[in-house]
Amino acid sequence: MTTAWAASPSDLLMRAANKAAGRRRSVTRRRLTLIVGLVMLGIGILAVLLAPVLVSQSPITIDPLHPLAPPLTPDHLLGTDQYGRDILTRILYGGRIDLAIAFGATAVTLVFGTLYGLISGYLGGRADGVLMRVVDVVFAFPFLVLIIAIVAMLGPSIFNMFIAIWLTSWVAYARIMRAQTVVAKKQQYVLAARALGYSRLRVMFRHILPNTASAVIIFSMVDAVGNIILAASLGFLGLGAQPPSPEWGTMISDGQNYILTSWWLVAMPGLAVVYIGISFALIGDGLADLLRAGEQ
Amino acid sequence: MTAEPSASGAGAPLLTVSDLRSYLATGQGVVRAVDGVSLAVHEAEILGIVGESGCGKTVTCRTIMGLMPAGILHTSGEVIYHPRGGQNLLDASPAQWEALRGAHLAMIFQDPMTALNPVRTIGDQLLEAVNAHAKLSRAEAQARAIGLLQRVGIPAPARRMKDYPFQFSGGMLQRALIAIALASSPRLLLADEPTTSLDVIIQDQILSLLLELQQDTGMSMILVSHDLAVITEVCDRVIVMYAGQVVEEGETADIITEPKHPYTQALLDALPQEGQRGELRSIAGSPPSLIDVPDGCRFAPRCRYVTDECRSWDTELLYTGEREHTARCWRHDAIGRSEAWLQGSDSA
Repeated sequence: MTTAWAASPSDLLMRAANKAAGRRRSVTRRRLTLIVGLVMLGIGILAVLLAPVLVSQSPITIDPLHPLAPPLTPDHLLGTDQYGRDILTRILYGGRIDLAIAFGATAVTLVFGTLYGLISGYLGGRADGVLMRVVDVVFAFPFLVLIIAIVAMLGPSIFNMFIAIWLTSWVAYARIMRAQTVVAKKQQYVLAARALGYSRLRVMFRHILPNTASAVIIFSMVDAVGNIILAASLGFLGLGAQPPSPEWGTMISDGQNYILTSWWLVAMPGLAVVYIGISFALIGDGLADLLRAGEQ
Repeated sequence: MTAEPSASGAGAPLLTVSDLRSYLATGQGVVRAVDGVSLAVHEAEILGIVGESGCGKTVTCRTIMGLMPAGILHTSGEVIYHPRGGQNLLDASPAQWEALRGAHLAMIFQDPMTALNPVRTIGDQLLEAVNAHAKLSRAEAQARAIGLLQRVGIPAPARRMKDYPFQFSGGMLQRALIAIALASSPRLLLADEPTTSLDVIIQDQILSLLLELQQDTGMSMILVSHDLAVITEVCDRVIVMYAGQVVEEGETADIITEPKHPYTQALLDALPQEGQRGELRSIAGSPPSLIDVPDGCRFAPRCRYVTDECRSWDTELLYTGEREHTARCWRHDAIGRSEAWLQGSDSA
């Protein structure tokens, strides 16, 4: 005697098949986020690297005859600025600086902060206490103020901006990594690894790191966007790239006097920041989904 | 499959633990997890440690392996691994531990599901263990790893090397962990409840495998379990622990036929008997807190042979008149065979 809810084997098979298909779709959708992000970033990087091929003008040569030309003017797709420089050209060349900051500044802080947190969390005890108090001290200062102070002290330049970011933004990675490590080192597989006589370094790098790296990697994508915005902010404040260097923040800063009459001076580099920001954010989301799916 | 009582006294001692105390500093107070445990494991011997949860079995093993968290642990006593001379392992440096663990002392854990790194393949982790204490070429290491998997009974080992832990069943994982533990041919294997999280059929297979490997390699083994049935199947000698202390020690056959401590007797009575239905017997009460340890015998509150002396005076392990059989009880003479045993032999 069968009841309404009891399913025949073929029913069960079909339900399972449907569920499996649904799961495959959702995996594809998760990957899609990552792929779109990677493609967007790839296009951005290519455009920036191929700038001399894509545009024929120079980013710093001024043209007094055509200042403030609106977008879609012949020869000036995105218009020109107050000195008649082609905005598209400047965005492409300026992107080299901004993407270098996104990758260079972030990579160094990612690696250093991760190692710092890993060592601190694994050693524990007094060493952990001392190492984490250093992190607390750096955290205690308002981030932007600290960076501005460092750049102001060293003198405004792109390299000094790198130094300022390196000195300050590793602490977030250290905190995240330390928290992950403290949890992971209590796992039985770490105990088992130690029981096999593996050295501390081996346990840290081969057993704990692969299980904890996902959090900092995902955070680094968010941080890369943050660093671009930071570079733009410092450029805007006159502490980053110096004119006539075509950095996006500097361009926005230069164009602010014309914002009511010639909006494209500010809007175009702003859109470039948004474009790169979105591509990093999509990569971060996609990675997070993918790594989380792998954990299940 | 009762193990023959081997000449346990005859083999040279491999590991001697004397008066080991492991106290843990916790927020609630000092937990006296291991309180004066002495034991010896001889060459090629399987020593069983049995007792309820929370009686110090795992802490004893982890202290011997130097795996207790250093920050909260306070130890005294001696752990001597004889092939390394008279050095007390409790004072070993991290470098000395790295040389000792894996190659001389190895350990397998209770829950195989969590004892392997989830993000690395079985083969990767096995190769790491094979290479940890030996210089082998890539091909030699690969061959040895596959040989080990074959030895512990994993079918199609070369293919399974590429699998991740989540692709293995519990029993297969425990086999893989045994292979990893044996990768550097340790002299002493500490098996901390290796079958507790497995179902009975797999349990039996894993125990047979351990026994077989022990006989093949001639290593010594400490088998920890809360299951007396498991212990009697495999071990030459048994130590019964209660509340951080050894309460009885002797040859397996002696302990199960003539327990001399009321706790051992109660454990034996709690084993379900074949062909006998009805209420399962349990031991009334629960083990004492290891923070406020009562005066006198620690089993007194649950003991049916208790006297006033038991409540105020503790005793050492006393010889019971038989060879190598000691019990921590004033009244060991009064304790007869376990009821279960009597009933079993009556019906036979």
